[in-house]
Amino acid sequence: MSTTGISSWAVDIGQVGAIYPFQGTEFILFLAGVAFWIIWHIVQLRQEDQTYEDDLRHLKDPEKLERAMRNQKLE
Amino acid sequence: MDTDIGALTVIFTEFYYWITIPLMFLIHVGFCMYEVGASRRKNMMHTLMKNTMLIPLVTITFFFFGWWIYFAFPNGPFIFEGKGLVEGASINAAPWSELMGTHLGGASFQDGVTGDDTAFWARINGVFWAAFLLFSWTAASIVSGAVIERIRSGAFWIIAVLVGSCTWIIDASWGWHPEGWMVQMLGYHDAYASGVIHAIAGGAALGVLVVLGPRIGKFRADGTPRNIVPHNPWLVTVGLFLIYTGFWGFYVACNVPIISSADIGSTVEGATPVFTATTIYLTPTTLSAIVFNFLMSLSGGLLAGYMVSKGDAFWTYSGGLAGIITASAGNDLYHPIQAMFIGAVGTVVAYKLHHWVERTFKVDDAVGAVAVHGYAGFFGLVVAGFMLWGHPATAGYIEGGATINPLGQFAGAVIMFFVLGFLPAWILAKIMNAFGMLRIPPELEIAGLDLADFHDRYLSDEDVTRAEEEEARRLGLIR
Repeated sequence: MSTTGISSWAVDIGQVGAIYPFQGTEFILFLAGVAFWIIWHIVQLRQEDQTYEDDLRHLKDPEKLERAMRNQKLE
Repeated sequence: MDTDIGALTVIFTEFYYWITIPLMFLIHVGFCMYEVGASRRKNMMHTLMKNTMLIPLVTITFFFFGWWIYFAFPNGPFIFEGKGLVEGASINAAPWSELMGTHLGGASFQDGVTGDDTAFWARINGVFWAAFLLFSWTAASIVSGAVIERIRSGAFWIIAVLVGSCTWIIDASWGWHPEGWMVQMLGYHDAYASGVIHAIAGGAALGVLVVLGPRIGKFRADGTPRNIVPHNPWLVTVGLFLIYTGFWGFYVACNVPIISSADIGSTVEGATPVFTATTIYLTPTTLSAIVFNFLMSLSGGLLAGYMVSKGDAFWTYSGGLAGIITASAGNDLYHPIQAMFIGAVGTVVAYKLHHWVERTFKVDDAVGAVAVHGYAGFFGLVVAGFMLWGHPATAGYIEGGATINPLGQFAGAVIMFFVLGFLPAWILAKIMNAFGMLRIPPELEIAGLDLADFHDRYLSDEDVTRAEEEEARRLGLIR
């Protein structure tokens, strides 16, 4: 038994088709791939919000904003 | 070469490998940029020269003995059926072979070399040697990045020869050759070198790092790590981009571009032979397959690297590399979406392990090389064992060859990372350390390795400026 359908090369390879593993699961893979893509956007947007919030917390202090504008350390 | 199609096949194959060589050169350019960018300004030139000079050293030693090792050791250390060195390994690969020079494939003048040998090897030997040599540079260069800013160049160059011209090519002979004992006995499969380049080089880097110790200032008194910031993040990231670019050459160099199914035993009686591309094991695949999987595993790694590092540029780019490296063992066969997920998971594993090892064992891997190459490569080999379970590991002409399986892949990963990677490098580092040859003096580490270089440059700049001022005065331009 082989996950690719090939367990020996004693075949007429001119007649062999797909040899990736777990053939027949393509649509499930597609759905999983799309889910990964969508989840990535959600997580990324949340992470970006968090980063901006952290930055803005510092920049509410006018003195720190001024330092940031001069490329100086905030703390 | 005696038929039109035969001649075209040979010349195409020669040209195909030739193209891979300048592409793989870009990997080395990328590694140099990456390392120089990651080092601090006080160490830039030393870091650059350390990586640059491995090129000639690994090249000449690979000519002297590395290429021969590949053909001589497929039986392993007398493991495979008690056989020793492969007879005939010197025909094309010994440095004194007539086939290690310009040869048109005709009559031989050396004993033991037949007309068939010269006809087969004359046009392929040099380009095939060079493609393998560029893999050797990559293996040695992976170690180079991990140890920057405190290793002596002389010590590193000895380690580079060990990894680039000895241990990696032994592992290629064992596990990256259609007749290698690991392939035939364990069913080891590693089409695009998750283990034979990356796991071994990552293991070797770890072996050196545990002896070498961290850079001064890397860890606080309580053991938590400080981030030693790259002096030039753009150079780091563009360097990684170039490594991706060079990987196109790396991948296609791992294939045989065109061969008849009858020549590799992929046939049955009555079947009409067809031409196919194969992996280095002479198992059929296609360039389309590896293009799909290269890009999808790169993407999986980039997406996961970005997510797990919260958008850190260094780890996002490294994640792309880790994604490719994790999926490489089976990228001749995976479905592209499988390659994407495998690359993504491998990247998370590498990232988490890097930080855990750093915190727990105080290992200062300056560029994450052990993680990106070693852990990702190891993990990718094990995953391939499950994903490709039961697929023939080697060419059809080898009777009774093993099939790919999880245990064989795990054993192979241990051999690559620990036995041929970590252990020889650790022993060599220990010996050099005992003789005070491994690490630079702390005063130099603190002041910076480019001290002499900068000192000369400042003196020279001042001298030239004085001369310019004198000339300006003479011309009445200034007082």
